[in-house]
Amino acid sequence: MFIDPKSITMEMLNLATLMPMLIAIAGGLIILTIDLIKDHIHKSLYVMLTVLILIIDLGSVMGLNFGPDEKGFFDVLLIDGISIISQILILVASIMFIPLALTSKRFHEYSYPEFFALFMFMIAGFQFMVSSDNLILIFIGLETASLSLYTLIALHNRHNSFEAAVKYFTMGALAAAFFSMGAAVLYGISGSLELNQISVAIESRMAEPGMMILLLGGAGLLLASFAFKLSLFPFHTWAPDVYEGASAPLAGYMSVVPKVAAFVVSMRIFEMFIELHIEWVQSMIIILAVITMTIANLMALVQEDVKRMLAYSSISHAGFVMVAIALATTKSNTGIFLYYGLFMFTNLGAFAMLWVSRHKHRVHHARYDHPYEKFAGMIKIMPMSAVVMGLFMLSLAGVPPFSVFWGKIYLMSATVDAGYVWLAIVMGLNSAIAAYYYLKLIVYMFLKEPADDANHETVYYNVSKPLLTILGFAVFVTVASIFYVNPLIEYITEMIKISGVGFN
Amino acid sequence: MDNILTILIFFPALAGILGFVVDKRSAKAYGVAVASVELLLALWLWAMFDVNNPGMQFTEFSFVIEQFGIAYNLGVDGISLFIVVMAALITLLGMILLRPDTKNMKNMIVSLLFLEMTMVGVFLSLDAIIFYLFWELSLVPMLYIIGAWGGPTRVYAAVKFFLYTFAGSLIMLVGLLATAYFFFLQSGTWSFNILDWYTLKLTTDQQFWLFLAFFSGFAIKVPMFPFHTWLPHAHGQAPTIGSVILAAVLLKMGTYGFVRFSLPILPDASVTFTPFIMGLSLIMVVYTAMIAFAQKDMKQVIAYSSVSHMGIIMLGVFAMNAEGLGGSIFLMLSHGIVSGGLFMLVGVIYERTGTKIMDEFGGLAAIMPVYATVFGIMLMASVGLPLTIGFVGEFLVLLGFYKVSVIGTIIAGSTIIIGSVYMLALFKKSFFGPVRHEKNLSLKDLDARELSALLPLVAIVVWLGIYPNPVLKPIDNSCKALLIQMEEHAQLESTKEAIIISKKEVE
Repeated sequence: MFIDPKSITMEMLNLATLMPMLIAIAGGLIILTIDLIKDHIHKSLYVMLTVLILIIDLGSVMGLNFGPDEKGFFDVLLIDGISIISQILILVASIMFIPLALTSKRFHEYSYPEFFALFMFMIAGFQFMVSSDNLILIFIGLETASLSLYTLIALHNRHNSFEAAVKYFTMGALAAAFFSMGAAVLYGISGSLELNQISVAIESRMAEPGMMILLLGGAGLLLASFAFKLSLFPFHTWAPDVYEGASAPLAGYMSVVPKVAAFVVSMRIFEMFIELHIEWVQSMIIILAVITMTIANLMALVQEDVKRMLAYSSISHAGFVMVAIALATTKSNTGIFLYYGLFMFTNLGAFAMLWVSRHKHRVHHARYDHPYEKFAGMIKIMPMSAVVMGLFMLSLAGVPPFSVFWGKIYLMSATVDAGYVWLAIVMGLNSAIAAYYYLKLIVYMFLKEPADDANHETVYYNVSKPLLTILGFAVFVTVASIFYVNPLIEYITEMIKISGVGFN
Repeated sequence: MDNILTILIFFPALAGILGFVVDKRSAKAYGVAVASVELLLALWLWAMFDVNNPGMQFTEFSFVIEQFGIAYNLGVDGISLFIVVMAALITLLGMILLRPDTKNMKNMIVSLLFLEMTMVGVFLSLDAIIFYLFWELSLVPMLYIIGAWGGPTRVYAAVKFFLYTFAGSLIMLVGLLATAYFFFLQSGTWSFNILDWYTLKLTTDQQFWLFLAFFSGFAIKVPMFPFHTWLPHAHGQAPTIGSVILAAVLLKMGTYGFVRFSLPILPDASVTFTPFIMGLSLIMVVYTAMIAFAQKDMKQVIAYSSVSHMGIIMLGVFAMNAEGLGGSIFLMLSHGIVSGGLFMLVGVIYERTGTKIMDEFGGLAAIMPVYATVFGIMLMASVGLPLTIGFVGEFLVLLGFYKVSVIGTIIAGSTIIIGSVYMLALFKKSFFGPVRHEKNLSLKDLDARELSALLPLVAIVVWLGIYPNPVLKPIDNSCKALLIQMEEHAQLESTKEAIIISKKEVE
């Protein structure tokens, strides 16, 4: 819909929809300003300020009016149910991850206020990305977030962090190119950048000769672009190196938040195609999903480093969830958010455990920070942390009643409902393969003898009270999931129904 | 006490959590005390149980995920009651038998208590997802028990055990989800309640695939031939307590699953698959009995004989008549008691000599007369000698199976002979003849700790061998109810005919 410039009123602008992003951006600016006024401020101030601003942001998101047609800011923002839940998810994840900066040892990047400012800008970018159906705004959000993220990775002052950032940047640039080309094709077909109008235009021109080739180009390019962002096969190769190079909290963050944002956009774009009954999009996504989870699982089996293993495992989880995009039902869309909501806390815990055990220099292995040997015999040295890490691994493997299991059965159930029983079996078997590498860590922790030089300090190097609090919270959420899954599913389902994405 | 089932399930878990606080020198005493209370609770459940009521008793119900139909739903009937009592008993006796100098005793006790929760939970759950939850959770403590206290290749055996069963049960999970979906299509509401599923009308095709999905979960657990390869490894490496619980209780989860899920929910497919299952079971019975004969390791003999007996249980389950089904439930109990006892006995001699190879022994009967006597009684029960517990179940199963297939019965019956051959060979090699090693002459006979673990089993072997009625009657009631339900539920005439034999007998 074009708006006549002369008749714009404040009500039509609906500026409230812009509030959450503005809060995040203003927060970033505030942090930069504080740095201008006073030097040498301890990182804990920045961390707590970030948390507070994000909480205000969260409050403003929860206060938004929403609906399938709730537009704002020249009609480029769309505040529907999935926009609300994904923003909540992004903000909660950010609030949980940022206190991991409060380690007992000093790390280079946290002494710069720019780190926290960039972090806020990144969040604003993700918020733009998920609350729009305008391809240009999605692109701007995506790039704002990604550019900030590249910098955040590089700020971890290490040789392989630079490598990771450059690799991620190059791959991200390629993905951005694919995205803009794909968007251009869709614009060529429909003359619009708004997804709902693109959908109408495609539907009316579907029968035209040659249309399918154009759509193949458009959807294919967009799929390639999001396959980069979601680290789907064959565009997943950057992920393990980048995760390894980034600090553990950022790696954990990357395996959740950017993926949630990318899933929301994929939901809007690809489920549109699927709703138009363009079946090859669906088949293509299913094939990608199956190959992604299988290949990533097989690669994870042979890793020697726990962090790389977790990187491959999060690729495989993304493949698992990608199935839901192909199904495009209310239940599967609910499953996406349920899965990532539950996965987030477990992953937070697992990466936080790695962070707690992080050394400034590689003590245990010349190449890796977190080789399996480092965790050998943990049950003898630190029974509590071994049990905690074991819980996270079991949860990731999908052993009931820990949190990820509920996401898994919900998605598998959605798959069965949609008639893809074979796919559900593939998902099940992949979970069984995945169990092996999670089990490998448990075997090291519980069943092997500790390495000779291991003692309390060498493993528990980086611990601090805030980190323990976060860990305790992650354990609680992982273990007690059975008690809150019901309201969570109800809430998400309701929000998805309000959005009008996917089939019913 | 209407919520006794909840208490039964969560009391050991709670005790396990609190057990972290108990000092490690008192850990064993703590474990034994908790397990005794649990056994008393189980016996109390039996005392309160109405033996004339074949249906579910002490039911509890509250929604966990209402929208998705998952509920915390418990109940007990004649089929599950005694397995629960047996699980509590075996856990207690296994704990008593633990050597006081076991390393990391506290971790062992805590794992055992968690394992007890999952075992009791599996048999009391009436909701498929809650069932699955306990089913999967039982793998974790067992993994730790085998992996931490087992033999030289324990890690390999433990991981193999975990992955094998985990893979099978994930396919079963897809089956459960599909069943729930079919139920949703028919009734408009989601439900994972097994009793609701008993009313489900499925087409032959749907039943076929669901049966295969369930089969992959249960058959690996039983373990049916050819999915049994994980079990000898697990037994070979597991510590005594691990083998005892694995053989006595964990394997029963598989056969129980067939009884609780496959038969009543998928009656037509169960009948269709009967020849297939019987074929596999007969192979399993004969083949593993032969392998048992070829073993040199005492524990492997018992492990394979235990698999062989599981085959007989499977035959009984799929005989689809009251004798066969009731007999196989009874055989589950007696198999638990007997194989549990035999593994304990092997553990006793292994503790003394550090070996399980039969050729190393010889003449033990003269050195350890009490041990030899207890071993002899358990061995007779295992072979199925009349007036022992093993006879009752085996006889009933063969009787039931006779109505289905005469030749099959002859083949299955022949294993009693093979069974007595390898068991008596084991007994002869170890207990009679000359003493092979000088150091064996100084072996001590059973001490008070071992006797207090073994004598209750001997008493049960004799008591239920002579007078099985108090146990057999409730089992029989519930089995008949199950068969009647199955027959009413069946859609194909051929299925009704296959089951109808028993119904006439009921009336």
